[in-house]
Amino acid sequence: MKPPPFAYLRAESVEQALTALRQHGDEARILAGGQSLLPMLNMRLTRPAILIDIMRIGALREATVSNGMLAVGAGMRQASLLGRASLAREVPLLAASLPWVGHYQTRARGTVCGSVAHADPSAEIPLCLIALSGSIRLRSARKRRTVPAETFFTGTMMTERADEEMIEAVLLPLAKPGCGYAFAEAARRHGDFAITACAAVAEADRLRLAVGGVADRPVARDLPRLDGSALDDALNDFAWSLGARDDMHATARYRRDLVRKLGRKVLEEAVSCRR
Amino acid sequence: MAGIRAPIEARVIATDRVRYVGEPVAIVVAGDRYLAEDALDAIEVTYRPLPAVIDPEEAAEPDALVLHETASGNIVSERRFSYGDPDAAFAAAPHRVSVKIHYPRNTGSPMETYGVVAEYDPHEATYDVLANFQGPFSIHAVVARALKVAGNRLRLRMPPESGGSFGVKQGVAPYVVLVAAAARLAGRPVKWIEDRLEHLAASVAATNRVTTLAAAVAGDGEILALDWDQLEDCGAFLRAPEPATLYRMHGNMTGAYAIRHLRMRNRVVLTNKTPTGLVRGFGGPQVYYALERLMARIAAELGLDPLAVIRRNLIVPDAFPYRSASGALYDSGQYQLALDMAVREGGLAELEARREQARAEGRLYGIGFAAVVEPSVSNMGYITTVLSPAERRKAGPKNGAQATATITLDPVGSVTVQVASVPQGQGHRTVLAQVVADELGLHPRDIRVITELDTAKDAWSIASGNYSSRFAPAVAGAAKCAAERLRARLARIAAAQLNAVPDDLLFAGGRIASRRNPESALPFARVASTSHWAPGTVPEDVGEVIRETVFWTPPELTAPSEADETNSSLCHGFIFDFCGVEIDRVTGKARIDRYVTMHDCGRILHPGMVEGQIRGGFVQALGAAFYEELAYGEDGAFLAGTFADYLLPTAPEVPPLDILHIETPSPFTPLGAKGVGEGNCMSTPVCLANAVADALGAEALDLPLTPAKLAALAGDAEPPPPPGQEAGAAPARTGARTLRGEGRALVRAAPERLWAMLLDPRVLASLIPGAHGVRKLSETRFQADVTLGVGPVKGRYKADIELSDLAPPHAVTLSGSIAGALGGGGGKGRITLAPQGDGRTAIEYRYEAFVGGKVASVGGRLLDGAARVIIGQFFAALARRTGDAPSGWRGLLARLTALLGSRR
Amino acid sequence: MPQMKAGSRHPVRFTLNGAPASIEAEPRTLLSDALRHHLGATGTHVGCEHGVCGTCTVVIDGAPARSCLTLAVQAEGCDIRTVEGLSPLADRLGILQAAFRRHHALQCGFCTPGILMSLDIFLKSASSPTEEELRDVLGGHLCRCTGYAPIIAAALDAAAALREDAHV
Repeated sequence: MKPPPFAYLRAESVEQALTALRQHGDEARILAGGQSLLPMLNMRLTRPAILIDIMRIGALREATVSNGMLAVGAGMRQASLLGRASLAREVPLLAASLPWVGHYQTRARGTVCGSVAHADPSAEIPLCLIALSGSIRLRSARKRRTVPAETFFTGTMMTERADEEMIEAVLLPLAKPGCGYAFAEAARRHGDFAITACAAVAEADRLRLAVGGVADRPVARDLPRLDGSALDDALNDFAWSLGARDDMHATARYRRDLVRKLGRKVLEEAVSCRR
Repeated sequence: MAGIRAPIEARVIATDRVRYVGEPVAIVVAGDRYLAEDALDAIEVTYRPLPAVIDPEEAAEPDALVLHETASGNIVSERRFSYGDPDAAFAAAPHRVSVKIHYPRNTGSPMETYGVVAEYDPHEATYDVLANFQGPFSIHAVVARALKVAGNRLRLRMPPESGGSFGVKQGVAPYVVLVAAAARLAGRPVKWIEDRLEHLAASVAATNRVTTLAAAVAGDGEILALDWDQLEDCGAFLRAPEPATLYRMHGNMTGAYAIRHLRMRNRVVLTNKTPTGLVRGFGGPQVYYALERLMARIAAELGLDPLAVIRRNLIVPDAFPYRSASGALYDSGQYQLALDMAVREGGLAELEARREQARAEGRLYGIGFAAVVEPSVSNMGYITTVLSPAERRKAGPKNGAQATATITLDPVGSVTVQVASVPQGQGHRTVLAQVVADELGLHPRDIRVITELDTAKDAWSIASGNYSSRFAPAVAGAAKCAAERLRARLARIAAAQLNAVPDDLLFAGGRIASRRNPESALPFARVASTSHWAPGTVPEDVGEVIRETVFWTPPELTAPSEADETNSSLCHGFIFDFCGVEIDRVTGKARIDRYVTMHDCGRILHPGMVEGQIRGGFVQALGAAFYEELAYGEDGAFLAGTFADYLLPTAPEVPPLDILHIETPSPFTPLGAKGVGEGNCMSTPVCLANAVADALGAEALDLPLTPAKLAALAGDAEPPPPPGQEAGAAPARTGARTLRGEGRALVRAAPERLWAMLLDPRVLASLIPGAHGVRKLSETRFQADVTLGVGPVKGRYKADIELSDLAPPHAVTLSGSIAGALGGGGGKGRITLAPQGDGRTAIEYRYEAFVGGKVASVGGRLLDGAARVIIGQFFAALARRTGDAPSGWRGLLARLTALLGSRR
Repeated sequence: MPQMKAGSRHPVRFTLNGAPASIEAEPRTLLSDALRHHLGATGTHVGCEHGVCGTCTVVIDGAPARSCLTLAVQAEGCDIRTVEGLSPLADRLGILQAAFRRHHALQCGFCTPGILMSLDIFLKSASSPTEEELRDVLGGHLCRCTGYAPIIAAALDAAAALREDAHV
């Protein structure tokens, strides 16, 4: 378990990183926290020609609030964001789900944007982005563009990002007054990849449930009000629509059960914590 | 291989047929591990896939695929045993209760992997090997034979400590052979440190076992007879000392119960899995899971209290030493007393009240029990029970369990202890220093304990090593014997100098003093150094008092009898566990409310070390119960190649543990101690399963108890899918990993035109995702280099494509396989073309495909999805090429896209 | 900043337990291997090389890190602390280490260096941790011997001793 050979560039500016990306295309990978990339390198599942280390670029390390959004830069580690005192007020859903991302030790290195770029179908941060209708700011040497989370994730470890683009920041809408948020996940052990993760948003006139770990990407759906059996039917429809599959950790049926039951639980919790 | 004469070659590296994922096929020696792995990548291995046989019951069928072409079948050993009169007991019994258990594969998974440094000296024709091997050292003989040298030409050295073993480091032996051979070929020392992927795939697994166990039961729950049918899966080769897992428990197949009639059938079967070996518990978990599930089922079926059924059958205290039906001699025990104490001090009544309340509130709560006899200090002869008495007579008797300890006195009279055991964290130094210090009247810090072992210089024997919980009862006991002998002789030297009688002398506080006249005393060090400085003053018949080596073997460990009675172990500790478990209706997760474990391990030598063994064993058992499985697909793919797939318990999963003790010393060991390290691996999985079964009202229950499994047992029927959405066929069984699909479409073209397209290599090339160039080998065979991958996970593969069963222009079978460094895969699709009479043709296809090798082992969670994407790409391309992508195809494509996702 | 070529060695400088260290490493060299094989600092152990077991955990610039998921070249200019830096003197144990010894919080000791580093840095930020918090931190480590209970006990004990130490 040793990585194959690759070149390494310690980028000192975003421009330098983007120039290298443009030059190397899909032969290059951005190295941020490395918590997903390094295991794949050690197992030789991926063979980039060059790694572009962006962690020395000070400009990427910030999280800023503007236009009703929290923009988290590509260099911000998960632990730093979790340590942001205002996070629970700004994006309570993310504050609730970040402690479920890996472990204390991996959060200290792993970045928020790195998890989004990796696009693991059961990852918590992409799920929050989907639930909150956040977006991803991509940048190449030529242009910037912002892609809604709903179209960004295209499949297992696949995203809308072009080879010459890097994620510059992810944008998370700030909590709105009168809204409630809730998160829960079921995993084999604490800190494991979620078998099913549910994130709920309750607004005055709308309920939204996002589910990770079941389909090949996180998926969200707007649902009817809590009362009545319509929600049960809607949750059941949602559960069946996700194409759940069996694997060695859980059955498809269990995953659907969790969408129905854990989904209802987080929706109820989101409604009850509206403020 | 314990004298089993199956015509099977057990090689350490595959030659022309590979039988399990992880079997070595090549070894690269390089300047460092990075370069060695680069070189491995450059090796192209061509595999011709053969069907795999994974399920032991299928492998045991007469018409099963045979793993070893030189053998007539996969069953390499079958023996039947009968003790007492089981037929009569079953015939007369009013009830018959039985369980069938599929015990899964798991392993000890020490945090340190295997490590070997080997060197060959061509002038001496000697191998010098440093390895974190743990014994039994009977395997030294096996390794020497494999290297084709005499025992004295294989110097095996073990480090003073290693990073955990739990039995598993016995399995480094084949790699010792491999690395030693590599060193000889390379002409220089070779070092190999196993990585975690290698370790999980191909170190050592405990056996998986299919057990059918039936009891003849009286109305009051008394068990009159047992009938065991055990089918043991040892993987692809029977590697020494297997099939020992199956026979280690032979003497105690009746557990803690006084059952006099016993029938057994033991079969050993080979399958396409990693060879098995020592893992903590070694046969105990498999046996007790069946036996204690049976106890719970007897209570359930007869409407009795499970604890009452246990009590009804326990061996009574005045029966000890107790000879079990199958020949074990249980040394000592007070089972009822242990039970009563545990029930009282562990608070069973409170748990029962909690269960009542939980159930009243509609929660799922259960209580489980397990009573287990924990064997320790294996009889080296037990494994010969696998042979018939006639075969044993021919081979000569095997028995005993030599333990070895040496104590040395140096010229300043300080004491060094050396034992032929190789600790992996069990606290040998702490305990031995204490045992010897107590004997010699010194402080433990005065004693130096050396734990490395060198087969060229140290005293050792076949039973040496650290396994079968033999340290406290046997090894520490041997050290005590050596210290006693030294003391007796030192007493005579001191007596001569003090003008006292040896019996009058007291060893205490670093001095040797007369009891009657405490003023008359000598420093211990002065007496202990006498033989170095003034041997002339040592009384003549005392001899030199410099070094004492003791080989200790207990007389009770006799060879199996003509009637197959086998005293498989010297000591028999007792464990009684109970627990309360609640199951979450939403997540299916089990929460352990309380777990109580009562141990009688004889005399406790060091409470801290005993507690460490119990807690460690308990958490490993927790893993076996809920998390761990070395899972295989039915195609033989290994699915648990990383620590994200083989799940060890972590701190948040571990519940509080209440540990209780009583001490009934063993009359057979020098210190009265018995083993304690393996018991919870035997008792805890089944105790938890019994609680879960009680909570869910479940009858059959196999490990691991995953949330998905428990949720399915806890929940109601699933609500059906909404109209228009298919439920999809459930896989026939766990481990079924074949991806299947089918589709139908109408296109505006005649079958002939479509047929021509399908047989056109250019068209075919365009269908294969990522093809770099297609070579036509014949009209129906093609080869291509392809780059396949999802996201960043990409690899280059060689693809073989073949058309067969051609029925122009109506049907063709398209089969393909790919192979590369990341593993391989393959699939087969049948395509049929049916003219519709209106100028259109209906195209139908069905496919099935599989993925194996490294990708399946390390990335199963993500990469099965990836495989679907790739198959999706193939059929999407097929759809595009077949013309106008009419509505039927679009529907299929939409479905594939939704299911698989595809790169835009 | 020139790009470092694959396959050739490049100078990397960092601080290891307070002392300057310099190595020549390929871009792909893992920090765990650099510490063990280039610098002989074999106190850091390697248990899985995919970031799960936690055995190789070190502290980089005040935060825990899996050294098997870190490239040596990423360590340029960083402050790295390993288990070798925990004890005040070669024959003295640090407060946390001494607590581990008292509580039998290790058996084989293979996982211990990583656990010590995680707990050491965590206890610097949380002087009165709850058992729950300690379990969470420890959740990023695998120990196969102890069953974790004595490790939690040792950490609680060490936290108390460190608080006392801070008061003195």
